[in-house]
Amino acid sequence: MEKPPAIVANGLTRRFGDLTAVDSLDLEVRAGEVLGFLGHNGAGKTTTVRLLNGVLTATAGSARVLGLDPAVDGAELRRRTGVLTETPSVDERLTASENLNIYAELYGVSENTIHKRVAGLLDMFQLADRANDRVSGFSRGMKQRLALARALLHQPELLFLDEPTSGLDPVSTRQVHTLIRELSRNGGHTVFLCTHNLEEAQRLCDRVAVLEQGRVVALGTPTELAHNLGQGVRLELETAPGSVAAALEVLAAFRDARDVSQTDGHPRLTLALPVRDNIPQLVSNLVAADVPLYRITPQEPTLEDVYFALHENKES
Amino acid sequence: MNWRAIKAIVRRDLLAVVRSKGVMLPLILVPIVLMIIMPAAMGRFGPAMTEIPGANVPDVAQLLEIMPESMLAQYERYNTDQLLIIFTLVYMFAPMFLIMPLMVASVVAADSFAGEKERNTLEALIYTPTTDLELFTGKVLSAWVPALLVSLVGFVLYGLTVNISAWPTMQEIFFPNATWLVLVFWVAPGAAGLGLGATVLVSSRVNSFQEANQIAGVVVLPIVILVIAQASGVMYLSLALTVVLGIVIWLIAIALLWVGVRTFRRSEIIARH
Repeated sequence: MEKPPAIVANGLTRRFGDLTAVDSLDLEVRAGEVLGFLGHNGAGKTTTVRLLNGVLTATAGSARVLGLDPAVDGAELRRRTGVLTETPSVDERLTASENLNIYAELYGVSENTIHKRVAGLLDMFQLADRANDRVSGFSRGMKQRLALARALLHQPELLFLDEPTSGLDPVSTRQVHTLIRELSRNGGHTVFLCTHNLEEAQRLCDRVAVLEQGRVVALGTPTELAHNLGQGVRLELETAPGSVAAALEVLAAFRDARDVSQTDGHPRLTLALPVRDNIPQLVSNLVAADVPLYRITPQEPTLEDVYFALHENKES
Repeated sequence: MNWRAIKAIVRRDLLAVVRSKGVMLPLILVPIVLMIIMPAAMGRFGPAMTEIPGANVPDVAQLLEIMPESMLAQYERYNTDQLLIIFTLVYMFAPMFLIMPLMVASVVAADSFAGEKERNTLEALIYTPTTDLELFTGKVLSAWVPALLVSLVGFVLYGLTVNISAWPTMQEIFFPNATWLVLVFWVAPGAAGLGLGATVLVSSRVNSFQEANQIAGVVVLPIVILVIAQASGVMYLSLALTVVLGIVIWLIAIALLWVGVRTFRRSEIIARH
């Protein structure tokens, strides 16, 4: 039986005076998925996380998170969610170990498991050797890792991660990516990932929601979003150096081919087709014209393509 | 109420206070000056200082003239030097003692409420599974408990200091009297509540420890008025007056904390953050 959705928001709205930070947001996040929540600064990502955790009240609309109403059962809900805030928000006067121990108490982790849980997380985030040092001496990356460890203390079912790899070095970034994948695929956790980093979202997310001025303007997998936007498919093909002119002739005659270009000095051509189904016919035409084909690669649109296309659509 | 979470908040805030020099300095220095250095100097050298022309020591003859009959009767057996000691160390210092719970509660509350915003550590706390009331209770206790502890320790140190330093003049243990016991166990906890209640309200409007501390420092003014009132003979902290003073302070403290708890909403705090 399919699990109920982790998050359902209907017309969720939050206004601050004249500013509408979240505007009639409709969203459904499936249990166990990693949902990328994309948007530029001020798009409403952090406000949405606050609304969904019941730390901010909605001006209009409603939400159910893990089956609970955040506005009514906020404390109970936060027992089951973990939040990594945009800034690490760790107490710099305390040691790493004290930070985690105190939050373990606050999250109701049982007394006899606190020590083991804290030690395990410090170890996992390579902070064990600095456990008894005050956080004021930590680098930005170390504070971020400590904040991540804190978000995982009570093994939450639903994790909200606001820019989790911001300030991390490449090694730590890779570890965090691996962790998010493991949490989702092996641990069954749902991850709500707010990010600017399109490559990160492409790599980690099952689906992405694109937020513009507090509204979800697109939701789906990157491929679905590209399809919906009518982006078509890009192709890269490689032929023999002496056959480039013949290939260009075939492509010029092929009605659906667009944006044909040649990579400088190489027998490689790129073009766009409206749908994948155009590819067999194109290949057939090239073969019929005796154009040798060494390689033909359809290129799926990246999330970056989709994101900027959405942005351009909105501007126009 | 989740008392385990409340205890964790108190522990967290107190650890943060203990590790901050800026917060700890006034918490250590003020009691040492008020409860040890000043009374020790007065107890040991007060009577001799009356001989020095221009020394800022109360004129005992004048004080006796304005002192109520009922109080004078209690001290019939003492000579002038002893009366000077009693007047200064038992009466004049009594309102100054109240500065301690007020100041400690105010400084710790400013660090706990406003300082937290400044340090950007509030958001993580707000996402914990605590209710607004539990968060508020934890933060209030983290200021109230040290205020009471410092007051108690200050009282004990003051008792030792005045009895030892004034021994050559008094030749007996003259401190504490009933008024001081009421002051320590009834008025001081209320004064701590008053200091922190005022600071909580101020902290919700400002964003830094310094701002909160400076504005909330105004609550010390009534203490200054008490000191002046006693020095000028307008009033004396008799036992009955001290009990009444305690009632007034507690009522104001409860009113301030009541407003504080009603306005302490994480959604409002985070919206302003």
